[in-house]
Amino acid sequence: MFGNFQPHAAEYLRFLPEIVLCVFGIAVMMLEAVTNEKQKLSLGVISLIGIVAAFAANLWSHTDLGAAFQNMLVVDNYGIFFRGLVLVVGLLCVLASFSYLQREGAQTGEYYALILFSLVGQCILATASDLIMVFIGLEISSIATYILAGFLRDDPRNNESALKYFLLGSFATAFLLYGIAWVYGLAGSTNLDEIRRVLEQPQRMSIVAGLAAGLIFVGLAFKVSVAPFQMWAPDVYQGAAAPISAFMSAGPKAAAFAVFFRLFMTSFRPIDARWIPLVWGCALLSMIVGNFAALVQTNVKRLLGYSSIAHAGYILVALTAASSIGVSAAMFYLASYALMNIGAFVVISYIAARHERHVRIEDLAGLGYREPVTAALLAIFVFSLIGVPLTGGFFAKFYVFQAALDSHLIWLTVLGLINSAIAAYYYLKIIVAIYMREPGEAVAELPAPAASLRAAIWASAFGTLILGIFPSSLLSFVSISASSFR
Amino acid sequence: MPHLPPVPLSWYLVLSAILFVLGVAGFLYRKSIITVFMSIELMLNAVNLSFVSFSYQLRRIDGHIYSFFVMVVAAAEAAVGLAIILTVFKNRGTLQIDEVDSMKR
Repeated sequence: MFGNFQPHAAEYLRFLPEIVLCVFGIAVMMLEAVTNEKQKLSLGVISLIGIVAAFAANLWSHTDLGAAFQNMLVVDNYGIFFRGLVLVVGLLCVLASFSYLQREGAQTGEYYALILFSLVGQCILATASDLIMVFIGLEISSIATYILAGFLRDDPRNNESALKYFLLGSFATAFLLYGIAWVYGLAGSTNLDEIRRVLEQPQRMSIVAGLAAGLIFVGLAFKVSVAPFQMWAPDVYQGAAAPISAFMSAGPKAAAFAVFFRLFMTSFRPIDARWIPLVWGCALLSMIVGNFAALVQTNVKRLLGYSSIAHAGYILVALTAASSIGVSAAMFYLASYALMNIGAFVVISYIAARHERHVRIEDLAGLGYREPVTAALLAIFVFSLIGVPLTGGFFAKFYVFQAALDSHLIWLTVLGLINSAIAAYYYLKIIVAIYMREPGEAVAELPAPAASLRAAIWASAFGTLILGIFPSSLLSFVSISASSFR
Repeated sequence: MPHLPPVPLSWYLVLSAILFVLGVAGFLYRKSIITVFMSIELMLNAVNLSFVSFSYQLRRIDGHIYSFFVMVVAAAEAAVGLAIILTVFKNRGTLQIDEVDSMKR
């Protein structure tokens, strides 16, 4: 037992992206102490290099798939996809943060180090194949994000955002852990495949197993902001700094969904008759709550918070399908959702001005005349969020509902389509403000966007359009990745 | 000294469930942020009790180790959480959860 505890060199290489991120994160923390005010920006550049290096290591780990550290982690195509996705999210958010922190006078090393540490947790989540690693990864990601949510500590809204995120996040963790404890007691193991093997035997206390799965479901549903566990999301996204809202609504969410699908499609697959009705209900409720509450919002960040609840609902539709087509549809959805949502939040962070004074819909008025390029890119993100053809959002919704139809979920598909039609109303309010209103005070004093900000917006828009015009480029990879879930 | 029969597993599990429910109730109904935070800690300790009793029942050591993981993470969470609560108190001068609501609409 103890003789083979020494991990093989190949296992470290599979774990290389996390190691690279940790090393860069610690390096940034150390350098923070010896840099002066003017050199802080270079810490951001260093963390950017770290994320790119981790991304390269992630691509390279594709050549040698397999388990690591006594089956605690498993590096498969699915894990590599989600690791790549959260790293792209981190990259875009760091790029968007340069000018934001400059404007707020809060350019510091900890900020970038915390993003790197949070990414470590999300990478672990993407490859976790043991419930304890799920817990550890979730906490590494969450604790760093709690601090990021309240990073501008003199801003009362930032405090409130961090407080709500922290309290509800740890509440959710407790549920997840209680579920893990029961699964451990029931299966005698926390390994995902082992749990599946135990649950496959008929009559193995399936009511208790269902309860344990339900507790884990509640814990993860909080993290991905699915109704009825969504109440924190609008407040937190509204209160946090805009680049961090972008990060929270894409990175931790994608990683939590990665675990969600891996867990329910492997470990809890044998008891799917128990959880599918639950997921069905939560998917529908999220779409309805998110879309109807978003209709009356005037604050764009809050509106995007509610829309993220609705999008989580669409992704749960794919889980309800409980098929490998559903998993690949959800992977595609998360990729295009991450790009379009980050793009939208980054444009908002640009318009918001110092201390985020301008974040209402009317503050966007006339953006199309003053900054035509930025406005056009924002329009691309909004159209993608609606699901207009030629954008990633269209194919994302298309594949999700196709997967639902394949699994004979006709009612859920119909209700989901009605919901996405309702959603068009509040998204179009943004388009109307951009192009059909006279420029207001907010837009009139807008400086030209910084180069790093432009890079983040262009990259997100480029990705959104690529997914919309050549969806097969990603779809073939996600179908291979999802084929291991049957 | 009379020989006592061992305490059965179910007693520990029931105690753990009661503690967990008390934690949930405290989280939902208490108004002070510090009490709410303590309720979360109570929930985590209820989980630890389950882990340890399952581990004892299964004659496996890993449940004990998991409970240490939980403690370490809870400590890290407490450090961050208390810092967040402190900044809230500094900026608003209150620890009543109902008064921290500047973001409706």
